Amino acid sequence: MAPLLELRDLHKAYPDGWTLSDVSLTVEERQIYGLLGPSGSGKSTLLRLIAGLEMPDSGQVLVAGRDVTRVPPHRRGFGLMFQEYALFPHKDVFSNVAFGLRMEGLERKRIEDRVAEVLALVGLEGFGHRDVSQLSGGERQRVALARSLAPNPRLLMLDEPLGALDRTLRERLMDELPAILHQAGVTVISVTHDQEEAFAISDCVALMRSGEVIQVGPPQELYRHPRSAWIARFLGLTNLLDAEVVAPQRVRTAVGTLEVEATDEGGWDGGSEAQLLIRPEAARIRDDGPNRVDLEVVARSFRGMHWQLEGRHESGEELAFIFSAGVDLPRLGETITLSLRPEALTLLGDTH
Amino acid sequence: MSRRANEGRVDLSTLSRLARLLIYAVLFAFLILFYFYPLTSILSLSFTPEGNVSLEPFTELFGRPRYLRVLWFTIWQAALSTLLTVALALPGSYIFARYDFPGKSLIRALTTVPFVLPTMVVSLAFTAVLGPRGLVNMALMRVLGFQEPPLNLQHTVAIILLAHVFYNYTLVLRIVGSYWSNLNPRLEEAARMLGASRWEAFRQVTLPLLVPSIAAASILVFIFDFTSFGVILVLGGPRFATLEVAIYRQTVHYLNLPLAASLSVIQILFTFALMTVYTRLQATMTLPVELRSRRATQRRPRGWREWIWVGGNLALMVVLLIAPLVALVQRSLTLGGGLSFTFYRELFRNPRGSVFYVPPAAAVRNSVTFALATVGLAVVLGLMAASMLDGRSTRVDVQESGDGSLLKTLWRGLRQLLDPVLMLPLGTSAVTLGLGYIVALDEPPLNLRTSPVLVILAHTLVALPFVVRSVLPALRSIQPQLREAASVLGASPWRVWREVDLPIVARAVVVGAVFAFTVSMGEFGATSLIARPERPTMPVAIFRFLGRPGTINYGQALAMSTLLMLVCTAGFLVIERFRVGGLREF
Repeated sequence: MAPLLELRDLHKAYPDGWTLSDVSLTVEERQIYGLLGPSGSGKSTLLRLIAGLEMPDSGQVLVAGRDVTRVPPHRRGFGLMFQEYALFPHKDVFSNVAFGLRMEGLERKRIEDRVAEVLALVGLEGFGHRDVSQLSGGERQRVALARSLAPNPRLLMLDEPLGALDRTLRERLMDELPAILHQAGVTVISVTHDQEEAFAISDCVALMRSGEVIQVGPPQELYRHPRSAWIARFLGLTNLLDAEVVAPQRVRTAVGTLEVEATDEGGWDGGSEAQLLIRPEAARIRDDGPNRVDLEVVARSFRGMHWQLEGRHESGEELAFIFSAGVDLPRLGETITLSLRPEALTLLGDTH
Repeated sequence: MSRRANEGRVDLSTLSRLARLLIYAVLFAFLILFYFYPLTSILSLSFTPEGNVSLEPFTELFGRPRYLRVLWFTIWQAALSTLLTVALALPGSYIFARYDFPGKSLIRALTTVPFVLPTMVVSLAFTAVLGPRGLVNMALMRVLGFQEPPLNLQHTVAIILLAHVFYNYTLVLRIVGSYWSNLNPRLEEAARMLGASRWEAFRQVTLPLLVPSIAAASILVFIFDFTSFGVILVLGGPRFATLEVAIYRQTVHYLNLPLAASLSVIQILFTFALMTVYTRLQATMTLPVELRSRRATQRRPRGWREWIWVGGNLALMVVLLIAPLVALVQRSLTLGGGLSFTFYRELFRNPRGSVFYVPPAAAVRNSVTFALATVGLAVVLGLMAASMLDGRSTRVDVQESGDGSLLKTLWRGLRQLLDPVLMLPLGTSAVTLGLGYIVALDEPPLNLRTSPVLVILAHTLVALPFVVRSVLPALRSIQPQLREAASVLGASPWRVWREVDLPIVARAVVVGAVFAFTVSMGEFGATSLIARPERPTMPVAIFRFLGRPGTINYGQALAMSTLLMLVCTAGFLVIERFRVGGLREF
């Protein structure tokens, strides 16, 4: 069976020179697909191309195997939840949610039933007659979600769905949103610049940079095996060291010769240059074990669930690690000996 | 420490209340002395001809179908003109709101030129295009071989409507266009994503959100068409009369002051009602309705269909708005089928030693002097008025004064009264006002009859609403937190106004100044009555030429109009250059 959505070599150039180049993607039925990237990476443009709000210069958009590239947005049967929601300020909550159903020409009774149903789904029973301007940020977000879910779209697109919310609300909705979406049984593409949000919501993430898709995979795979140093840094992984491969699974770095995990790809010859990624959860406080490193503590902060520690090696390299809240850390200026787990160390071939 | 702080606050608010009171005093003194006093003088003179009150002029008025017809014509031509203007300018507003194209700012500036042109100039420009000796007829006669001018639009409703559209197109373009450009395009896209077609999305989402701005623009256009004077006088000819024209004729030709006065009263009542609605609408328009910066809402047209749509509308603007002006210049330079400067040379000659001879240099100098003085006075008064009208800046003081709701009510009452009252001069017959000045200000205690100040005062009154309406939305758009932040950082109310309000509204002040300048340059109704014969302004000079027969006189009117057009456009450009750079986008 054909996938729900397939993009084939979508290409779009703008007069200012910015280009979305040859993007191909496949989204399966009922998948929650995350488009992740910094601002200007082209994720919103890609979303608008899928929605039909913009036309590609070349390439195709296929839905269940059918080409919809030239179909106008209102005939695609997609839903789009806009960044900052674009709720109609002159209509109340009910009329906002009912809009798409009215466009379908449903009769009044069925519209009322469906609106009540989706409002219940997002937890806003009885909000129908509220004025949009009276809603809090979280309520607006839910109304926007209800509005785009109401007509049962084949594909729901979310543009920075949690971007406009404060931290506490975001944390809560990061749990609730996937639940609601799975319950609605809808296929979703969600755009965000926040990796935590993308990871929390999505089954599969496509990472974008400068108008190109540079890595696709499940969140945990992206995190464990970023394909380049840029991706690692974008994902918040800052422990990157220049490394020289001295033997399979052994690299020489400024903090010593370290043992790294075996990769399926293999292919690291002795003498080749690479970058070593040390993930922040790699360290354990112990004097024995592999990959021992001495660091002077330059910063430590308690974050509730965990400790964050920054240490400086005598070579000048600084590394940051997290530890469970239960451990005791030395004070600033003191030295700590750490053992780095080989399976949390990854070699990156693409150093940019 | 806390005592000192407390004392400081008391001092501060007392001072600001005193300042506020002073500003109100100045404003109301100005309005009472130079608006209400002359007006009541003329009205009382009209209604109490023998010393006791008589409503005879009114009963006489409604007993004569002639004047009911004038009233009816005034209303329907204004309504039709408004409808036409909005219908033609709405697509233009859309294009300016949503598309970015080469030469946009130039075209925007060009469309503003007609609005600042004096009625005398516009009327002549239209005769230059559509009159019997106009461009169109000349071309038709030459190309198709007609012996007589085939198209006779002189003295028809059609040419009046066209002139009104020409005049007010830019009003709709500016008011609706700027509101539209700030409207979040995501709203329309959201509707599209929910299954609405382009048209459906416009009808269901964009149009309802635009209604306040369209209504505000329509009312303003209607008011201008309703009080139309120069256009009707010159283009309509003797067959047509709006209330304003009827007032002028009764005053100047028949010296029937009671009738003129009662016509004025009717006109004032109408415009005051409309003004009240307009000021209310404008206050709701400044409520934030998902507004976005322009850069986020505009893009280049794509595909040939969009380019044709944009190009077609721009072509319409150019033909409608620019062609008459080009024709005016062309006709003023044409005599006997060839290029000639005769009309301009004639301006400097006085073959019959006429006492009414007006050297154009002198008329230009008079007009510019009056206009600059008007700009100064109107901007100062307008800033005062706008600061008072912007409710939010006074809220704190009102709350702090706390003692007794009487004072509070008084402040609020003053403010609510000030808004429509300030707009009154816009709807008042300029002719009546001029007449009032002659009647009221020519004797002690205030004898200004021979003073040129009279003209400046009249122009300031007419220009004041433009300044206030330009500045007020900008003031209202200032986030109150900005002022609060400034005062928390230690700025006194005066410093807050100078450091926060003034820089932000600077551009709006410049726009207000442009309006004041051009209103003064073009004002004709009041000036024709109060300007000393030896100190005429340019519009007065033009009207004098028109009143005399012959090609040479008509040509001189054309030449003088061209000069006035150039001066207005130049003034417009000069002041435009003083814009504050960083605020250009807003």
